[in-house]
Amino acid sequence: MEHKIYLQDVSLRDGMHAIRHQYGKEKLKEIAIALDKAGIDAIEIAHGDGLAGGSFNYGFGAHTDWDWLDGIKDALTQAKLTTLILPGIATIHDLKKANDLGVESVRIATHCTEADIAPQHIEAAKKLGMDVGGFLMMSHMNEPKALAKQAKIMEDAGADCVYVTDSAGALLMDGVIDRIKAFRDVLNPQTEIGIHCHHNLSLGVANTIVALQHGANRLDASLAGMGAGAGNAPLEVLVACLNKMGAQHNADVYQLMDIADDIIRPLQERPVRVDRETLSLGYAGVYSSFLLHSERAAKKYGLDTREILEELGNRNMVGGQEDMIVDVALDILKSKSN
Amino acid sequence: MDKIKTAIIGSGNIGTDLMIKILRLSTRLEISVLVGIDPNSDGLARAKRMEVKTTHEGIDGLIKMPEWSDIKIIFDATSAKAHHFNWERIKNFSDKKVIDLTPAAIGPYLVPPVNYSDNTDLPNVNMVTCGGQATIPIVAAVNRIAKVHYGEIVASIASKSAGPGTRANIDEFTETTAEAIEKVGGAERGKAIIVLNPAEPPLVMRDTVFTLSENGDKDAIRKSIHDMVQEVKKYVPGYDLHQEVQFDDIPETNPVFIEGLGYRHGLKTTTFLKVKGAGHYLPEYAGNLDIMTSAAMAVGEKMAQNI
Repeated sequence: MEHKIYLQDVSLRDGMHAIRHQYGKEKLKEIAIALDKAGIDAIEIAHGDGLAGGSFNYGFGAHTDWDWLDGIKDALTQAKLTTLILPGIATIHDLKKANDLGVESVRIATHCTEADIAPQHIEAAKKLGMDVGGFLMMSHMNEPKALAKQAKIMEDAGADCVYVTDSAGALLMDGVIDRIKAFRDVLNPQTEIGIHCHHNLSLGVANTIVALQHGANRLDASLAGMGAGAGNAPLEVLVACLNKMGAQHNADVYQLMDIADDIIRPLQERPVRVDRETLSLGYAGVYSSFLLHSERAAKKYGLDTREILEELGNRNMVGGQEDMIVDVALDILKSKSN
Repeated sequence: MDKIKTAIIGSGNIGTDLMIKILRLSTRLEISVLVGIDPNSDGLARAKRMEVKTTHEGIDGLIKMPEWSDIKIIFDATSAKAHHFNWERIKNFSDKKVIDLTPAAIGPYLVPPVNYSDNTDLPNVNMVTCGGQATIPIVAAVNRIAKVHYGEIVASIASKSAGPGTRANIDEFTETTAEAIEKVGGAERGKAIIVLNPAEPPLVMRDTVFTLSENGDKDAIRKSIHDMVQEVKKYVPGYDLHQEVQFDDIPETNPVFIEGLGYRHGLKTTTFLKVKGAGHYLPEYAGNLDIMTSAAMAVGEKMAQNI
């Protein structure tokens, strides 16, 4: 069963991480409208850690999710308004609130081995009539067959699509291909497969393309890569490649180039790029959102960011455990003074 | 003095661990019956080996048993939904008290070192959640020195220690814990986050507590937290501070924007906790199980004094 390419922009959700969740309401709306005009299929808006992510642990946003979402639906002409939740942080109550604000599609995100905390939320979203994606974060930490079993749990609960989510930007191209193939082997043909990459090993675009070639059709990307760590697959680059491949989609590459360079890049306080810190995320297999928190802890406690990231990797910390960054920094200080 | 007779409803991880704790440690409580609904459950098999009476017919099975008339305290370790059903049956027996370990919260939230004395003689009390038992004492410890505007907790538990009940009801954890951070901890607003980590070997339960309070004496806050840890340790020996208490000043010129509260400044206090289980039913990593059952047993023992 052939599914159409579906481009989802994550600049206004994953991109939140790059600027400590500080998008102004008007700026966010301007970007959403520009993406809609440029022909993007879906636009995801939420705190970087999903609805209700605003916290000491993940950083408080400049606005609440509800303020960011308010009025966006009516400003869009063709793109779907989407959001994301992590069970354990946001609840079904939050999902309903987003739905009331016009959100028609949602990704339910869990760690790659914990899909069974998601069925309640998937079922609730389906009851609201929403399009639902299951989002298996840190997919590099689970083997293809085992990951596909988790995808099946999400499909059984009603997910329309399940994603290979390379939150750490740690997968190589073979690793992506094996996981997409494993999904295709067990999922129903009508269930779509998605791919969400981070660019920490400079493979964001390449990994997205091989996923497409092996059966994924929902592709995540963000303008100028605006996302956690070294960012996501840069949307304008991905679309340029899709054009050269002759792939069918609705996006306009020149408009995307302009939004990326004229609107998004000037917002970046810390450049979103592959450098020693973000490369270390991919190399050590660490959750990309840990970047700015680790840089802050390194500064406060006089440590090297890479040292903290490496230890977080050694300890198998998963997405959401940002509190363990300072804990690790304090442990490193203790071991140095001994 | 004769021990007070108790029953436990629920033969999953929590109920079975509580049974073992009471058998091994309690000086005031005796376990008469473990109640399940699955005749093949590991918990019921364990009970039989330990010579505890069992029924697999739920609350109605228990009420039919000859032991029922002497039972004074019933621990409910099922689910919120099942607890509502069980309570409808039990409330007709005025000589029995219920300690509810589910998030049903029919009775008031009870965190032993914080608010036990307010709730000594009620027929039904609720034990919040594992994360709540671990963290609310710390929120209260800050609040007794400097008024807490906002309390946030992150509970990280080993995937292996989260049974199917917990997994299917993850919102109940976040919502119940957040509410109890306010009602028992004293925060104006509460937030709770839970993370499951599948690492092998499994990681010991960790809890981190962030509070934003009025500016207060840091030494007094630190001492209050250390004192509270000692209070909890009396009934959960594996409960410890993993790091020294950390402070950050949030100045009025650079406040944080908290949903429901707006812009706030003051003192941010971060407390890193580690909860090592006693290893009764599940191994040491399952501190989440241990703190819940230890708190419930501590409440049962206090109740027993008044019976």
